[in-house]
Amino acid sequence: MIETMLAGAPRRALVALALLLSALVAAPLFVNAYALSVLILALYYAYTGQAWNMMIGFAGLLSLGEAMFVGLGAYASAGLFQKFGVPPVLGLFLSVAVSAAAGAAVGWLAFRFDINGVYFALLTIAFSEFTRILVDNWAYLGGSEGLFLHVSGLAGWDIVNLRGSPVMFYYVLLAMTSGMFLLCRYLLASRLGYYWRAIREDQDAARSLGVDVFACKMAAVTISSGAAGLAGVVYAFYYNNLFPETAFALSHSIDMLLGAVVGGVGTLFGPIFGALLLTPLGEALTAATDGLRLPGVKQFFWGVVVAAIVLARPTGLWPMIAGALGLDKVGLDKVDADEKSGR
Amino acid sequence: MAGAFLRARALSKSFRGLRAVSDVSFDVPAGAIHALIGPNGAGKTTTFNIVAGVFAPDAGGVTLDGVELVGKRPEDICRAGVGRTFQIVKPFRGMSVQENVAVGALRWTSNTREARDYAADTLALLGLADKRAMSPDHITLPDRKRLEVARALATKPRLLLLDEVMAGLRPTETDAMVATFQKLNADTGVTILLIEHVMRAVMALSQRVVVLNHGEKICEGAPADVVRDPAVLECYLGEPAPHA
Ligand SMILES: Nc1ncnc2c1ncn2[C@@H]1O[C@H](COP(=O)(O)OP(=O)(O)OP(=O)(O)O)[C@@H](O)[C@H]1O
Ligand SMILES: [Mg+2]
Repeated sequence: MIETMLAGAPRRALVALALLLSALVAAPLFVNAYALSVLILALYYAYTGQAWNMMIGFAGLLSLGEAMFVGLGAYASAGLFQKFGVPPVLGLFLSVAVSAAAGAAVGWLAFRFDINGVYFALLTIAFSEFTRILVDNWAYLGGSEGLFLHVSGLAGWDIVNLRGSPVMFYYVLLAMTSGMFLLCRYLLASRLGYYWRAIREDQDAARSLGVDVFACKMAAVTISSGAAGLAGVVYAFYYNNLFPETAFALSHSIDMLLGAVVGGVGTLFGPIFGALLLTPLGEALTAATDGLRLPGVKQFFWGVVVAAIVLARPTGLWPMIAGALGLDKVGLDKVDADEKSGR
Repeated sequence: MAGAFLRARALSKSFRGLRAVSDVSFDVPAGAIHALIGPNGAGKTTTFNIVAGVFAPDAGGVTLDGVELVGKRPEDICRAGVGRTFQIVKPFRGMSVQENVAVGALRWTSNTREARDYAADTLALLGLADKRAMSPDHITLPDRKRLEVARALATKPRLLLLDEVMAGLRPTETDAMVATFQKLNADTGVTILLIEHVMRAVMALSQRVVVLNHGEKICEGAPADVVRDPAVLECYLGEPAPHA
């Protein structure tokens, strides 16, 4: 397994990754509380962007309902904790299961009836909205009034109950993002990863080579939505309050995919790079325009920035930067390139 | 890995009233190399698509070693031992040439390293060894046709369906490809059914030829006999005449 994952990754890329990881591990020692909160957000978007990328970037399935999977995961573990005192360390299993089941349900419906592309995206939005309305009217979980978690013990490091300081959340998210990166790397290098990419490029050709398109797509939505459900756990326990209006919002879905789009859909490192770039930018923008009292100015600016990047670099920024740094094999875009010179 | 016996029985398929394939029957014995020829629009590719499970026929059946294929999904037909190429090539553009072929090899192994190694060997067989790290976008059309063959071949089929894979090749390249298929057939016993306009290849490769015109089988026989058949000459009038 380790060997598969390292296959094709040049030393430079491994060194660069190790340096980045060290910097991220050390970061809380050097930054203030505000910067830490921005980094937490960046890691959250890196993780969720990567989960989203697994569907669109690897398997060619455009989901615009990522918020549903995160939201369901959030409500599942928060509900268990608040109503039954189940710690999130156990609750997360329900979160992942609920979100994965929701993904599987959407996927089954879509792929059974061969719904693809934009229609699949619309279906994910519809399901997301449907879930929002459902939770909105579910008084037991707070309904539209919101679900609030006990906010005691928010200083220490109670990982079991996810009660602790921002530094704890930062490290939890860093571990999750690293794990997600490794998982994606592993999956991409596996048979499933080859099949996903083949399906993304040409379904009919994939079929003719024995690829069970339905099963592979089901695997993509199920793994991706399950992973998003895990992000929901952190979302719930970091913010300590949940509102259907925001958790299941389309804008929440958009926020999660922006980093991946800007960084590079279908690349391994693009979503991380994009999130680490965009989140601080967005926060700086909010701070800079705060006094102007112009609602929507940030969203507008976002639109411009993203449109510019997407128009100029439809494949995202990361492939270009990776190429310049000689790291382009991190994205696994050329697993076989090392074999050109002879195995 | 021995070849499989293909039998098509009374296949018919219409597209909005147009009879693309009409009551077509033929056998390809295990280990044989047969050709399917006919003018443009004769129904050759449609026949392949029926065998490969892309279209369900309106009537008729297809068996491989006696097992019914009609009703199976294309991926299951591949797993049953049928490899096919697409006349309009369908490379996986975001993957290297070698990765394209590895997808085929993953039909029988889950080990991606083994699949890539097998892909490299298959590419070497088809003269694409030096192109394996390239994107399919950056190779010529004849090479993309070779890629189609390599990909189908990598699934280790018992029946290989080749749809105009020699179009655009120079005569010497055609001869090389013919030799490759002959060797493959001799070594593995794979059954081959090829659609081909290049008569040079048809004459050299096939033991038997089925001729379609307007969806109907108008002639079947040894290549040398078929090209002298009046009905065949008739249907090719106005088309580049088939010459050996
Ligand atoms: N998917 C489809 N939908 C509608 N009509 C089709 C379809 N596929 C093929 N046809 C029609 O069926 C007829 C037979 O087409 P087919 O592709 O089988 O011919 P062919 O013998 O392979 O010709 P060529 O030598 O040009 O490849 C043609 O008239 C074609 O337009
Ligand atoms: Mg054709």
